Amino acid sequence: MKRKIKPDVKSKPKLAVFKFTSCDGCQLSLLDAEDLLLDIADAVEIAYFVEARDRRLPGPYDVTLVEGSVSTPEHIEQIREIREESKFLIAIGACATAGGIQALRNWRNVDEFINIVYAHPEYIDTLETSTPISEFVRVDFELRGCPISKYQLLDVITALLIGRQPRTPTYSVCIECKRRGTPCVMVSRGIACLGPVTQAGCNAICPSVNRGCFGCYGPMEAPNTDSLGQRLEALGLAPAEIVRLYRNFSGYAEAFRLASDAYEEKIA
Amino acid sequence: MPEFTPNIGAFVSIQKSDLQRVLEALKQAGFTLIGPTVDESAIVYGEIDGIDDLPIGWTDRQEPASYRIVRRQDEAFFGYTVGPHSWKKFLFPPKQRLFRVEKKNGSFQVVDEEEPAPRFAFIGVRGCELQAIHIQDRVFLGGPYQDPNYKARRQQVFVLAVNCTEPGGTCFCASLGTGPQVGSGFDIALTELDDTFIVEVGSEVGATMMRNVPWRPTSAFELQQAREALATAVKAMGRQLDTSDLPDLLYNNLEHERWNQVAARCLSCANCTMVCPTCFCNDVLEVSDLKGEQFERVRVWDSCFSIEFSHVHGGNIRPHTRARYRQWLTHKFASWIDQFGILGCVGCGRCITWCPVGIDVTEEIDAIRGEV
Repeated sequence: MKRKIKPDVKSKPKLAVFKFTSCDGCQLSLLDAEDLLLDIADAVEIAYFVEARDRRLPGPYDVTLVEGSVSTPEHIEQIREIREESKFLIAIGACATAGGIQALRNWRNVDEFINIVYAHPEYIDTLETSTPISEFVRVDFELRGCPISKYQLLDVITALLIGRQPRTPTYSVCIECKRRGTPCVMVSRGIACLGPVTQAGCNAICPSVNRGCFGCYGPMEAPNTDSLGQRLEALGLAPAEIVRLYRNFSGYAEAFRLASDAYEEKIA
Repeated sequence: MPEFTPNIGAFVSIQKSDLQRVLEALKQAGFTLIGPTVDESAIVYGEIDGIDDLPIGWTDRQEPASYRIVRRQDEAFFGYTVGPHSWKKFLFPPKQRLFRVEKKNGSFQVVDEEEPAPRFAFIGVRGCELQAIHIQDRVFLGGPYQDPNYKARRQQVFVLAVNCTEPGGTCFCASLGTGPQVGSGFDIALTELDDTFIVEVGSEVGATMMRNVPWRPTSAFELQQAREALATAVKAMGRQLDTSDLPDLLYNNLEHERWNQVAARCLSCANCTMVCPTCFCNDVLEVSDLKGEQFERVRVWDSCFSIEFSHVHGGNIRPHTRARYRQWLTHKFASWIDQFGILGCVGCGRCITWCPVGIDVTEEIDAIRGEV
């Protein structure tokens, strides 16, 4: 991606934020930009952003942020319309890029859930699966994470305005963890951690508070889930626990999905 | 107490608690003390105030992919083996701004760094680690182009080294001749005995820092104890490595089946390169604000295990983990010699301990030789 979004005319680029099945946490990263929010509002015309105001300016939009997974038939129509209206579409967060935690239903019978959960199942019109935006439309860029990093979001917006490559590294969480000097939680405490197979971007938050990475940024560029899985077994994790570890917020992303499926077969 | 300061090359003995006086002298002289300290699950390097911050009475147990701190039976000051940090994070920081640029009145101006380079006193540098600093000196200061950022920090460093009498399960410095005794390039070197530090003065500055420390001449018996402790340490290393056939062993086996086997285990997570005290690969980032008015050039640690690192015009020269692991091992143990005239490994064992799946470089080299 190396596209400058500043239009030729003197008007400001239009930014729109849409959401599908999600918790709104990722788009709130925009509000969380705090003092830089004014700079963003100065640099772009915020055409649609429900978390901030009701107004919706008509498209087309220069930059569209899409949060959430596609989980109803209506969503499929909506995302196609949004794609038509968008010059540069960025999927933000684990839901939009991997189907989110709600993609757990992809391994089960959704009708059973509907019957158990809802008093009137007949009102529920849903898809069998929860899947990422890229299953239905072309996505120009993806920002991973649950939630995304506001620094990565700002970097992508800045990169688009200036016309340079965004800096969204695809290497492991371990690189960020080591840069900040956190002693490895797996090596020094025996805590199960997905850091070695997970994409960086969060600045290794979880290990810094003595927790293993739960893989919310999804698979890194060359995830060796087999080798890590063997190490997790050596640390004493049962196959069912390894399934739960891989099958989490970004569990439906291909590498994690295949790893969890392989361990599910091992459950006696 | 004799009234004169010990000469360079002298061995003198001090009470352990009087190490505090050395540290006070260093602080008085304007040094920031950086030393080992216990951080919950590991002995790390950070800013310390005095001997109370040292990991007194602590040690560690290390093996491939495992590190645990444990209490010692005694109150040794330096009774541990090297941990997850190395001194490189202070000389070659994980993230460092190289310079800043401002846009003013339509033109760009380079803004010089206002902050002077910090003056560090490294407390507790081991032989392997001192050698690692010498190796990075060759990388950053050797040849016609010197790195000014590294140089500004490096030339001010005070090195208080410690002979290692506590090698760990993944250590093999004795095989590489980088320890357990510290080599040259220290200001003061300590050998820890039960109640005493033997102090070897290595520089004028080192002698100056000893000015207010009560000392006595080291006895022949103490020197004998120190020699025995080091001899015991040589035998206690958990690993060894035959370097006699390097670098050709690796150059002649670039298509060895072992590379496939290790690639199946390797996570390409880059932990080995991050903890390695000699790995120097880095990325230079151009950072700008949203308005395009403030710019920074920032250098961060990178790794030959990241795919983008070996991306060149037209594609990637090391697209698979096999190629990336082979690049790392052959650089460290073979082509480093061609590049810098020295082996890139010091035998500290960090890459073995901190590899999440416990890949052991000594085992890999033995396997390529056909010994596993």
